[in-house]
Amino acid sequence: MGVGIEVIDLNAWYGTNHTLQDINLHIPANHATALIGPSGCGKSTFVRCLNRMHETNPIARVTGTVRIGDLDIYNDAKPVEIRRRVGMVFQRPNPFPTMSIYDNVASGLKLNGYTNKRVLDGIVERSLINSALWDEVKDDLKKKSGASLSGGQQQRLCIARALAVDPEVLLMDEPASALDPISTAKIEDLIFQLKSQYTIVIVTHNMQQAARVAEKTGFFLNGRMVEFDSTHKIFTNPSDKRTEDYITGRFG
Amino acid sequence: MSVETFKFRSRLRALTDGAVTALAILATVLVVAPLVAIFGYLVFKGTNSLSMAFFTHVPKPPGEVGGGMANAILGSGILLAVASAIGVPIGIGGGIYLAEFGRGTKLANAVRFTADVLNGVPSIVMGLAIYSLIVVPQKHFSALSGGVALGIMMIPTVCRTSEEMLLMVPHAVREAALGLGVPNWRSVLSITVKTASPGIITGCMLAFARVAGETAPLIFTALGNQFWSSSLNQPIAALPLQIYVYAISPYDDWHRLAWAGALVLIVLIVLAVSLVRFVTSRGVLKGAS
Repeated sequence: MGVGIEVIDLNAWYGTNHTLQDINLHIPANHATALIGPSGCGKSTFVRCLNRMHETNPIARVTGTVRIGDLDIYNDAKPVEIRRRVGMVFQRPNPFPTMSIYDNVASGLKLNGYTNKRVLDGIVERSLINSALWDEVKDDLKKKSGASLSGGQQQRLCIARALAVDPEVLLMDEPASALDPISTAKIEDLIFQLKSQYTIVIVTHNMQQAARVAEKTGFFLNGRMVEFDSTHKIFTNPSDKRTEDYITGRFG
Repeated sequence: MSVETFKFRSRLRALTDGAVTALAILATVLVVAPLVAIFGYLVFKGTNSLSMAFFTHVPKPPGEVGGGMANAILGSGILLAVASAIGVPIGIGGGIYLAEFGRGTKLANAVRFTADVLNGVPSIVMGLAIYSLIVVPQKHFSALSGGVALGIMMIPTVCRTSEEMLLMVPHAVREAALGLGVPNWRSVLSITVKTASPGIITGCMLAFARVAGETAPLIFTALGNQFWSSSLNQPIAALPLQIYVYAISPYDDWHRLAWAGALVLIVLIVLAVSLVRFVTSRGVLKGAS
């Protein structure tokens, strides 16, 4: 089951660049939450702070508190433990090119030491079914490389890979921006199904996409969160003038 | 643009295209020609002296006909095994450090500079260095010292190609592993190195083929041997050494054996490289890059 995320006074820097300023919000469990805003507004940095990927960059720095469920991720646990509980799907599909489809999905478990073949088989099948890829690849699981799939299939493979380690939260950083409309629609359907089991945070440039998949939407601008509310309210009756300007296309 | 100018320009373009293509083909021929010429000449000169005896007998004393280089073939095998056991792990380890853990540090810059300088050290100097470091304290020539000399010569090539190949692995692949909660060291070993492994293997093969033909570092270390020896503590024969000794000898019979030796050396290197390629390319999946 998914868990809620509580963010308190989060600040982040790249070198001297203050990319996130005083972010406070509550992301509800088992819902999809969309983050919108112009390029460079800090939404990608924000999701990377939720699984401590931000600090893999040596010049990056973070202050503040992030609680995932009951866990204070910056004080109570190591980054690798957090990343197993908070899965991530990146903008460009990034399957491991030397691995088969099966090994790609099993990689998170295998690389953390799980070897029981029967258990792995079950998890791989379940993850691929959950990412709506099973029917397309079930005959070539161990024969084909993950890199041989189409872009949309690769992205669903990456989702399966993230699901296989059984996270509570799934972060998606513009997961459909490199895909064609049909593949995008499949990913959106998937998000719809997955949110019953996982808490989903999705960064998107596509406002229709945010409106289609998310119950809650946050609008970021220049490293600050301008507004966070139900998606319906953000898109029909935003409280802040800047949000209105952005969603009506006056800038960004 | 009038139709005439258009036609003229398109003819000009076709002409330029043809000229450049011809130049490229010429360059290719110039690159391949020396290799084909050398190999052809070797086959021409060497095959006559090749016989079963060449692969099964040790050299005969001057004046006696026949004899082979079996001991030198075995010796080269042992020397290269020792060299690879030293050069490959240290070289790959150094490459991993340079590309993954030490990026931007002073130590990494120092290591990279040292490797480049080591690559430029003349092989005879390497032989002399190992002579004074191993042969003199041990008070005798040995296969081990020869293998160490060749192994150290392999390190810079393996190290720098490994580094280059690891740096070519896309950042997205590393992020994918870290994002799954895989510890960094595990991600480096199981994902980055594995993704770069075809290139790393090419680097190892390059270094292997280079030292397989080295003669100078062996003169002061492995020394050479006219008899069977497979001991690491004894002087040992090696194909390049044997070829050198036979080629500068005054006997026609030995000259012919030297040609045969050179042919066998090249064929063995090609075989070894192809074998490694074949073995490591099995199990590569459809569509894997």
